[in-house]
Amino acid sequence: MAYIQIKDASYAYPGGFLAVDDINIEIEKGENVAIVGQNGAGKTTTVKMLNALQRPTKGEVLIGEMNTKDHTTAQVSRVVGYVFQNPDDQIFHATVIGEVEFGPKTLGLSDEQIKKQVDYALKITGMAKFRDENPYNLPLSVRKFVTIAAIIAMDTEVMIFDEPTAGQDLEGNRRLGQILKTLRERGKTLITISHDMEFVCENFDRVIVMADKKVVASGTPRDIFWNFDVLEKARLKQPYVSRLCRALGLDGELLYMDEAVQAIREKCLG
Amino acid sequence: MDTVIEFKNVTYSYPLTDVPAIKDMSFAIERGKFYGVIGENGAGKTTLCALIRGFAPSFYQGTLQGQVLVEGKPTTDFGPGELSLKIGYVFQNPFNQISGVKDTLFEEVAFGLENFGVPVDEIERRVTEVMKLTDIWQLAEKNPFELSGGQQQRVALASIIVLKPDILVIDEPTSQLDPEGTEKVFKIIEMLKAEKKTIILVEHKVDLIAEYADEVMVLRNGKLIRFGDKQEVLSDMSLLDEGVQLPQMAILGNKLRQAGVPLDTIPVTEAQADEVIGRAMQKGRA
Repeated sequence: MAYIQIKDASYAYPGGFLAVDDINIEIEKGENVAIVGQNGAGKTTTVKMLNALQRPTKGEVLIGEMNTKDHTTAQVSRVVGYVFQNPDDQIFHATVIGEVEFGPKTLGLSDEQIKKQVDYALKITGMAKFRDENPYNLPLSVRKFVTIAAIIAMDTEVMIFDEPTAGQDLEGNRRLGQILKTLRERGKTLITISHDMEFVCENFDRVIVMADKKVVASGTPRDIFWNFDVLEKARLKQPYVSRLCRALGLDGELLYMDEAVQAIREKCLG
Repeated sequence: MDTVIEFKNVTYSYPLTDVPAIKDMSFAIERGKFYGVIGENGAGKTTLCALIRGFAPSFYQGTLQGQVLVEGKPTTDFGPGELSLKIGYVFQNPFNQISGVKDTLFEEVAFGLENFGVPVDEIERRVTEVMKLTDIWQLAEKNPFELSGGQQQRVALASIIVLKPDILVIDEPTSQLDPEGTEKVFKIIEMLKAEKKTIILVEHKVDLIAEYADEVMVLRNGKLIRFGDKQEVLSDMSLLDEGVQLPQMAILGNKLRQAGVPLDTIPVTEAQADEVIGRAMQKGRA
């Protein structure tokens, strides 16, 4: 049985607006999964159901042994950490260190353990140098890393990142990739929403595609980005490299830069 | 050359800082062209926009050395509100732009035109047209604060293009949009360019800059480190070491050359890559 199970779950906002319509998702412990799809497809609502910020209005969500309907959001969020799409919805302390310490301090840990987790989070996100800074003096893209550090410091089993790539530059994207890799090596279960298809191909083993409130596909980046039915449904395009390879008539469902270089080189130089 | 904006040895520092956000910058912007501004976060891109629009130093205060000229006149000599008629400014964070005094999206988008004293029937016509263009017409009755980040970004853009300014300064308008929504914004900008508007766009999605912009400005640590034709700037691989993302097609082209594939040029767009690489493959077959 999968570690995370979303079973026949729907979510309707008070007032009746249906944001997620009867979805099923299974995620194993230690998996690194991306969720893609258009604005309004239901991605954020889905992940908010995982840490009980929202509870399904139909169906259920299980994290290990825990059914979110039987637990408070505070209990679930000890296991599932969620980094908000908009950092300003999350930040409420006047210093970076205050923000990052807040979560672990609620967990009843020893001071020594709190310091260890906080230092680790600041280090891997590159935020240590901004320790005493007011988060609002930092650019939005950097503020996002403050909120990521705040969740990593809680050392939850599952971590969810909602559009961390938005507004990031080259270095920001590289750092995000590195953070995912490091957390993965520590056995964390990671779920990331992103609109950056290149980033998705580079950093994830599995991609879940949502469209119009439903899950329309799940598979490896190669399965997804060469499935034109799915791409059409979700109004997504292939990554640039795949699009070019297709235009050039190259076989092999190519996805990565190095594969494309090799295939083109063979055609040109034999 | 019909210069519309000019920086002459501009150095600018925000209040209470010793480090200038913009350092000794000089360049000229030509009327009717589309400029893509790229560079790492903190390089000075948003400050550059604020200087063009005159928010720096008039609103942000701070110290300005050198001159920022709009149509030959220093921004500091324009009266309050005067520059807003010439330059439309779309904020990076749409939340900073929404007026907070209007209950519906329709009224929000109409807010600027009302202030300009445009007749009511013309306001209705223009607002309707722009809201349809930016895909927010179906939200017309909603409260501006009930929208998602992506929707707010579209509102911010709509509220400015409805004013039909000659110059548009647009700061990362697509950061929260999905790929289709992003492409749509670029199509709208392309349409504005066809109307001879001058466009200055800050954007991280460099593949789209490669496809749509005319010229590219690259900022780093407050300095303008490259400025010129997009083909020339975006095929310069040394920029990767300066924290600047380059188009996928340029990176691929460079790797192909390194692998011994003879390409006449380093492509920066898909169409160009298809052509240049296609040609090399044909030669290979011959």
